[in-house]
Amino acid sequence: MSAYLVRRLGQAALLLWLVSMIGFAILHLAPGGPLAQFALSSQMTQEDLDRIAQQLGLDRPLPVQYFDWLVRMLTGDWGTSYRDNQPVLEVIGGHLGATLELMLTATLLAILFGGWIGILGAIRRYSLFDYLATAGAMVALSIPTFWFGLVAIYIFSVHLDWLPAGNRQTAGDGSLPDLLRHLVLPAIVLALVEMAIWSRYMRSSLLDVVNQDYIRTARAKGLPEWRVLTGHALRNAALPMITLAGLQMPTLLGGALVTETVFTWPGMGRLFLDSISYRDYPVVMGILMLSAMMVLIGNLLADMLYAAADPRIRLG
Amino acid sequence: MSSTATVPEATAPSRSNASRAFRRFRRHRMAVLGAVTITLLFLASFLGPYLLPFNDTYIDIMHRFEGPFSGAHILGTDELGRDMLARLMMGGRISLLVGLTAMAISMAIGILVGAIAGYYGGVVGAALMRLVDAVLCFPTIFLLLALAALIEPGLLSIIVLIAATSWMDVARIVEGQIRALRERDFAVAAEALGASDRYIVFRELVPNAMAPVVVAATLTVAKAILLESYVSFLGYGIQPPVPSWGNMLNNAQIYLTSAPWLAILPGLAITLAVTSFNFIGDGLRDALDPRLDGR
Repeated sequence: MSAYLVRRLGQAALLLWLVSMIGFAILHLAPGGPLAQFALSSQMTQEDLDRIAQQLGLDRPLPVQYFDWLVRMLTGDWGTSYRDNQPVLEVIGGHLGATLELMLTATLLAILFGGWIGILGAIRRYSLFDYLATAGAMVALSIPTFWFGLVAIYIFSVHLDWLPAGNRQTAGDGSLPDLLRHLVLPAIVLALVEMAIWSRYMRSSLLDVVNQDYIRTARAKGLPEWRVLTGHALRNAALPMITLAGLQMPTLLGGALVTETVFTWPGMGRLFLDSISYRDYPVVMGILMLSAMMVLIGNLLADMLYAAADPRIRLG
Repeated sequence: MSSTATVPEATAPSRSNASRAFRRFRRHRMAVLGAVTITLLFLASFLGPYLLPFNDTYIDIMHRFEGPFSGAHILGTDELGRDMLARLMMGGRISLLVGLTAMAISMAIGILVGAIAGYYGGVVGAALMRLVDAVLCFPTIFLLLALAALIEPGLLSIIVLIAATSWMDVARIVEGQIRALRERDFAVAAEALGASDRYIVFRELVPNAMAPVVVAATLTVAKAILLESYVSFLGYGIQPPVPSWGNMLNNAQIYLTSAPWLAILPGLAITLAVTSFNFIGDGLRDALDPRLDGR
């Protein structure tokens, strides 16, 4: 297990290194490079720009710059935002909580409802419910998240006036009920795609399990069907689901960006979009790198948890 | 792509395979429904505008915000008085075109990378596949937006960028297929006969790896249409006044209270197209892979 862990960590580090090169390339391929934001100002002469370039070390050869950037990145210095001169990590840190709150809630919703739909679909295979759930999942995967958000706002905020149309809290308020009321719509919108994925995986995973010998044995020895299901089938069917949770990170992050935009949710995705329109490349880069890291960590955790949960798996 | 898409049917004994596949596809009711829907969407987008008395860019301030089914404009007008149906049709041209061409380019990249990695293996293969893994670490929308912000937005650049962020799945599929196929007798025989690497890869191996690629291609069209709608909605995709289903939703949120159809109609079009392509992909998977029968 520990040898495997070391190897996986090594692979993750290698990938992170590749990711950092892609990120660095994007930052420097940008029109005007990292200087673009300053070049927008008409009060800057070319001389000023040259001087800034020298002060920021942008006149050095690219490999030197990359190495310097990488070392500082690894030591926790992700640069400063062009917008307000705050350290990038602090800027992102201020928005990360809102995004994690949204992602976590959506994942819980998806596991609960998606898992439940998947289990029912597998038990009543080829029933009307199963058919509708399968087709519904396909439609849910095809609906643009932002559009689903707009429709949800139209129905529940504009029409019925039940829930707020955006933001994380009412200004001046901040009580738990207020926070929860703001969380409901964006969380459901973000959860839709996840729910579809979870229901499909749960269904096929459970179907894989119920055809196995030990389930037949359990039935043959006269166990009631619900006991077979909860005691034998579900436990094993749930194992691959652990992996799924870790692998959903890219989908979740992407969905969160769109959801946050529609619901003016003050999270990392909206910060990313704002930073792009402001040409705040250090923040753009920082979020790009952080999201890639979160994806890598998700993958790694998926493997680890799976091995920990299933004694049959010996990673080596 | 059309020539490669028909490859499984072109090989000698597969005439019956193709018709059997077609029969299996026909049994998949939702896939057939999807195929019919896509055909209708294509006809409407490419022929419809000629039948309509309204131009999609004609601004008519006197008739702004007319609701659907209320006047001369069947699906109403937008905030500038432009006919919604005409814009949906012209937007459909753009969105469907982006979806198909982005798919074609991303297939080309994916097949090339996957074939090289799978055929040569070793250091080259490992390096290429690690590159695939690395690009997959970025959530697609983040990468797409970061790149779109760098480049002058235009139809072609959006297509290329969407392709550049969606070729990795195909590369993985093709790599696995080619790696398995290259040890098979027909590939070894071709090698023994002195065929060039290029001939073996693109004439012998890739055509035999086409079935899962066709499925992936269909799903990639769905994904590309979705991605176009995301970047255009966020303002970094197709730029107005050229309509696309995504950028029609761009301003819709502001008018959600007074003119909800501006938001609802383009979204329905996207959902319809994407769902259809996804169902077709599902049907093709069942049709082209007989091993999945009965699941």
